[in-house]
Amino acid sequence: MTPKTLYQKIWDSHVVHESPGQPALIYIDRHLIHEGTSPQAFAGLRAEGRKVRRPDLTFAVMDHSVPTTDRTLPIIDQDAKLQFEALEKNCRESGVRLFDMNSRHQGIVHIIGPELGITQPGQSIVCGDSHTSTHGAFGTLAFGIGTSEVEHVLATQCLVQSRSKTLHIVVHGKRPKGVTAKDIILAIIGKIGIGGGNGHVAEYAGEAIRSLSMDGRMTVCNMTIEGGARAGMIAPDETTFAYLEGRPFVPRGKAFQEAIERWKQLHSDDGAKFDMTVELHAEQVAPQVTWGTNPGMVTSVTERVPDPHSFKDLNDQKATESALKYMGLKPGTPIVDIPVDRVFIGSCTNSRLDDLRAAAHLVAGKHVAKNIKQALIVPGSRGIKAAAEKEGLDKIFREAGFEWRDAGCSMCIGMNADVLPPHERSASTSNRNFEGRQGKDSRTHLVSPVMAAAAAIAGHFVDVRQFDVTSVE
Amino acid sequence: MQPFTTHTGMGAPVDRVNVDTDQMVPKQFLKALTREGFGRILFYDWRYLPGEKPNPEFVLNFPRYKGASVLLTRANFGCGSSREHAPWGVKDYGFRVIIAPSYADIFYNNCFKNGILPATLPEDQVDELFKRTEKEEGYSLTVNLPNQTIADKHGLILQFEIAPSRKEVLLKGLDDIGTSLQHGAEITAYEKAHAATATMYEPLDIKYYSNGR
Ligand code: SF4
Repeated sequence: MTPKTLYQKIWDSHVVHESPGQPALIYIDRHLIHEGTSPQAFAGLRAEGRKVRRPDLTFAVMDHSVPTTDRTLPIIDQDAKLQFEALEKNCRESGVRLFDMNSRHQGIVHIIGPELGITQPGQSIVCGDSHTSTHGAFGTLAFGIGTSEVEHVLATQCLVQSRSKTLHIVVHGKRPKGVTAKDIILAIIGKIGIGGGNGHVAEYAGEAIRSLSMDGRMTVCNMTIEGGARAGMIAPDETTFAYLEGRPFVPRGKAFQEAIERWKQLHSDDGAKFDMTVELHAEQVAPQVTWGTNPGMVTSVTERVPDPHSFKDLNDQKATESALKYMGLKPGTPIVDIPVDRVFIGSCTNSRLDDLRAAAHLVAGKHVAKNIKQALIVPGSRGIKAAAEKEGLDKIFREAGFEWRDAGCSMCIGMNADVLPPHERSASTSNRNFEGRQGKDSRTHLVSPVMAAAAAIAGHFVDVRQFDVTSVE
Repeated sequence: MQPFTTHTGMGAPVDRVNVDTDQMVPKQFLKALTREGFGRILFYDWRYLPGEKPNPEFVLNFPRYKGASVLLTRANFGCGSSREHAPWGVKDYGFRVIIAPSYADIFYNNCFKNGILPATLPEDQVDELFKRTEKEEGYSLTVNLPNQTIADKHGLILQFEIAPSRKEVLLKGLDDIGTSLQHGAEITAYEKAHAATATMYEPLDIKYYSNGR
C-alpha cells in the first residue's frame, strides 16, 4: 500500500462522490456557525425553500459581537442585537443547538468546539470563519468557508472541494524557556510569508510540536491560515486522548476506547510524500513581536524595526514602507523601545487556560505600568473563565490592574465595544495585525500571552526571558 | 448565479501586495444581515476620509477610473478573513474580473460563488497590464473565459489559467447546492455507512442552550 499523509487519510474517508477531473463532494462531520457569517446563508436557504439537513451536526454560538461586560444589561448596539435575534430565530426554526450569550458554555467558536468535545480526531469540520484551522490540533481536517459554502453545508451536510497540496512543517528540538507556541507559529509565518502556504494543507510535526499541550497545539493550528494554508493539523496522540476524555460530546466508556483505537491510525505513514517541507529549530526561536500590518511582518524581541531598503523585492519595499507609516515606526528602532498603550490577552489564538495561567504567574504581585491605558483579559469561553476563577487567576489579574471580562472575540476584531482607538498601540495575543483590525487606524503588535503580560508591566515591549518564566508552557 | 462568458471593461489598478479582506470590507460592516450594498463599502478605510468624503488620493476615486470593471492587483489578493462580504463588495462595486498573480484560497473560492472571474497571470504580465492601465486613460480589456484570454485593443493577448471545473461553474452559472442535492442518495448512503463511527455522546444536561442554561 502506498503510504498516506494524515490529510489523505481523512480526505479519503470523507469522499461522498467523485468524478474524474471534477472536485469531490466531501462529507462534513461538524458544522459550526456564528452570528457574523450565517444570516445570509439561512436567508438563501429560505429563498430556495431548502431545509437544514443535519441540525444535530450543526452548532451555533454568539461570539463576534457579544459584549464582554455585564450581560444582564440591554444590548446597546442595535445592529449586533439584530444579528443575535436573527441567529436565535434561525436556530430555533431549524432545530440547531445554540449557545447564546447567556449560556454557561458560550465562548469563541474555535474555543468551545474543542472544549465541549464537539471537535474530535479524524473529523471534517467547517465554519464560516478562517480560524477554523484551530481544530486541526486534534488531527481533524478543519477549515474556514464563505457564507455561500455555509449555505451549501446547511443544505447538504457536504462541501464541493478539490484536494489540496500538502505542506509538512517540522519543528525540531526543544523550545527554550519563555518561547511559546505563539512564538513558534509567528516564526514559521515569518519564514514562509503570509501567502507561503496557499493551496496547501499543513501538518505540523517534530519534537517541539509533540511536546506542546493541546492549548499550545491549538495556538499553532489557529494561525495556520496566516501563512496561507487553509488547514493545519497535528496527528492525535496520548495528549489528545487525555484532553478529550470526559468532555461533554465525546463518546464514553467502551465507545471511547474504540474511538481511541481508530484515532491511533490517524498519522502520516512512514515514507508519505508531502508537496513541500519546511523545517525549523525551536532552539533558535526567540520571543516574537510583529512590527507591521500582516502577521508575516515579524521579528525577534531582540531585533529592530527593519529598514524597507533591506528587502530585495520592490513590492516588499513598498509594503514595508507603507506598513511602517501606518504603524508610526522608524526603521532601526529596537523592538524593546516601542511603548504600548493597551494590552489585550484574548482571542481564539491565546485565551485558553494555559495562556491565562502563564500570564497570571508573570504578573502576580506586580502592577501594570502607568502609561498603559487599558489591560484586558478576555477568556475564550465562559468555561475557561469559570475554571480560571476557581484557581484565583481573576484575582491576580485584577490586583495587577487588569480588567477581567466575559468571553468573546472582543478586541481581536473590535466588533463589540472593545475597540483600540486610532493611533494607539496594542500588545495583543490575537492573530491579525491588519490595518484597522482592532479599530480604525489602530496599531497592533502580535505577541504571546507572557510577552503581552510583560509589556503591560513594563509599559513597552520587553524580552520576557528577563522575567521568571518557569511557568511558561 | 449569473453566468460568465466574455467581458469587456476598463481596468483599475490597486497596486498593493497581500490585500486582505479586512481592507475590502472592515469589520463594522459585518453586522449586515443581507448580501446587498457592499459596493459602497469596498476598500472603505482607503476610499473615504472622515465623514465619508472620498479620499482623492485613493486610486479608485480618480475620475479616470470611474466605471472600471476589471480590477488589477498584486500577489496573494484576498488573504485573511473568510468573509464573503469581500467578494460581495467587489461584485457590487461593479467588478466582474480580477487579475492578479495569486489569490488566497478562501477568497478565490468565494469569487466563484458570486460570478466573479479571478484570473491568474504571471507576475511580469500583470506588471505589463499595470503599466498600460496607468499610461492610457480608459484602457480597456476584453476577457474571454472560453478561450482563457485577456486582450487589449493594441494586439496584446495573454493566456490565463483556471481549473476546468472552475471554468464550467462560471460559464454555466451553476448553482452548487442544486448540483450537490442531485447526489442525495449517495449522501444518505454515506451517512448510513458511517453511522457507527460518527456518533457523538449527547449530554442530557445540554439540549437547546438559551437563556442562561
Ligand atoms: S477571536 Fe478573533 S480571530 Fe478568533 S474567531 Fe473571533 S474574531 Fe475571529
